[in-house]
Amino acid sequence: MDFTKILEMLAGGMLKSMGIFILTLVFSLPLGLIISFGRMSKNKIVSFIVKIYISVMRGTPLMLQLLVVFFGPFYLWEANIGGPYRFIAVILAFALNYAAYFAEIYRSGIESMPSGQYEAAQILGYSRAQTFFKIILPQVIKRILPAVTNEVITLVKDTSLAFAIAYTEMFTLAKQIAAKETTFVPFIVAAVFYYIFNLLVAVIMEHAEKKLNYYQ
Amino acid sequence: MNLLEMNHIKKHFDDLEVIKDISLSVREGEILSIIGPSGSGKSTLLRCATMLETIDGGEIRYLNDRAVYMGENGRAVMPKGADAKRIYSYFGLVFQNFNLFPHYSVLKNVMDAPLHVQKRDKAEVKKEAMEWLDKMGLADKADAYPYQLSGGQCQRVAIARALASNPKILFFDEPTSALDPELTGEVLKVIKSLADLHITMVIVTHEMQFAKDISDRVIFMDKGVIAQEGTPEAVFSSDNARMKEFLGRFNQN
Ligand SMILES: Nc1ncnc2c1ncn2[C@@H]1O[C@H](COP(=O)(O)OP(=O)(O)OP(=O)(O)O)[C@@H](O)[C@H]1O
Ligand SMILES: [Mg+2]
Repeated sequence: MDFTKILEMLAGGMLKSMGIFILTLVFSLPLGLIISFGRMSKNKIVSFIVKIYISVMRGTPLMLQLLVVFFGPFYLWEANIGGPYRFIAVILAFALNYAAYFAEIYRSGIESMPSGQYEAAQILGYSRAQTFFKIILPQVIKRILPAVTNEVITLVKDTSLAFAIAYTEMFTLAKQIAAKETTFVPFIVAAVFYYIFNLLVAVIMEHAEKKLNYYQ
Repeated sequence: MNLLEMNHIKKHFDDLEVIKDISLSVREGEILSIIGPSGSGKSTLLRCATMLETIDGGEIRYLNDRAVYMGENGRAVMPKGADAKRIYSYFGLVFQNFNLFPHYSVLKNVMDAPLHVQKRDKAEVKKEAMEWLDKMGLADKADAYPYQLSGGQCQRVAIARALASNPKILFFDEPTSALDPELTGEVLKVIKSLADLHITMVIVTHEMQFAKDISDRVIFMDKGVIAQEGTPEAVFSSDNARMKEFLGRFNQN
């Protein structure tokens, strides 16, 4: 297999990795916000359950969670886990896991907001939803962006964990080619791809941070 | 007409009784100053009036419209929904530390509530906002962000923001005590200019000369009660022992 062929195959894998990456963010960022509300809920039972959820998600390996989500339906209900379920399981496991991390980040950001912002908004007659979405959340986003960037960069690398359930993203492909062709090249190419991917992510996040620097 | 009536207000934090059965009213156009030693409950009284704190007893009315009262379970009933919207529109509050929205420009800080809470016409809101900023001497700062302003300028923006919603009554909680002495004057001057516009104001302040000059009536609070009340002349020359001690401490400073 020549180099261009390897490159071509891995580029295809890269697209799949990006698919995992983007869909995970699309689902986990809003889900994390909802979970953070649960975590901060005045209802003790709700906040306790959510606390347990977050601690399990953060306290066990993502690879294990992937296996549970993928094989769980089969062992529990002998459900068919073939076909598109492999991909669904990847996104489900990643989104559930990352949402837990994001929830804690949101929570720290929301709790760091001075009460004066809520009070000023209340006096001016803003509704609770307006207060949160117009006044609080934009400031929270600015505060948590560095922490979110860290998670997002970890996510780029974590997409390779999908190999655990044999979803053929870039890393799985690289391993397959390397074994078949007894060459180390695919790993190097994959590393370069991951690195460029992350560079791109870093540039985008830096740009976002700069855009939010219009105020302090 | 009384714009504000507070009847038999009580407020405690755990075991600490902070407001002990206070009643007061504010007439239209009146300027009322509240003075008193630290910890006497002045801020708490304002926070009860503006519904930032929930009272433990009594009743609050704005324009004879019942805002807060005691429910049958003995707990205060706060306004909700449309009632809340109407009642919050009666008053504004200027905080000691401004509480401007840092992510909004000066103009947006002033315009946002009239636009999105009161849903008024944008062109009209902008015209009025610019007029208020002009009165505050901030017309050239409309596009600046709060972090680019001095404390005195921030406080003047906060005053413009409060006025832009056209409240009937404006509360101030020590509007100058977060400011350097040289910036205090500019804010006091602006508040005095509001007096000339006959805006009804309730001002908690440690600026005694200012309180004397501007007020129609002064309340001296001590340990959660109104210890003295009357015209500035009467209150400042009263021979209430606590009041004398309080003023004496000021004159030493
Ligand atoms: N949220 C709270 N929880 C517990 N105690 C409080 C709270 N807010 C105020 N207090 C207490 O209530 C008392 C009155 O406080 P308040 O802030 O109303 O005084 P003040 O007259 O405004 O004083 P200052 O002139 O220092 O601003 C103080 O003893 C204060 O410690
Ligand atoms: Mg105070």
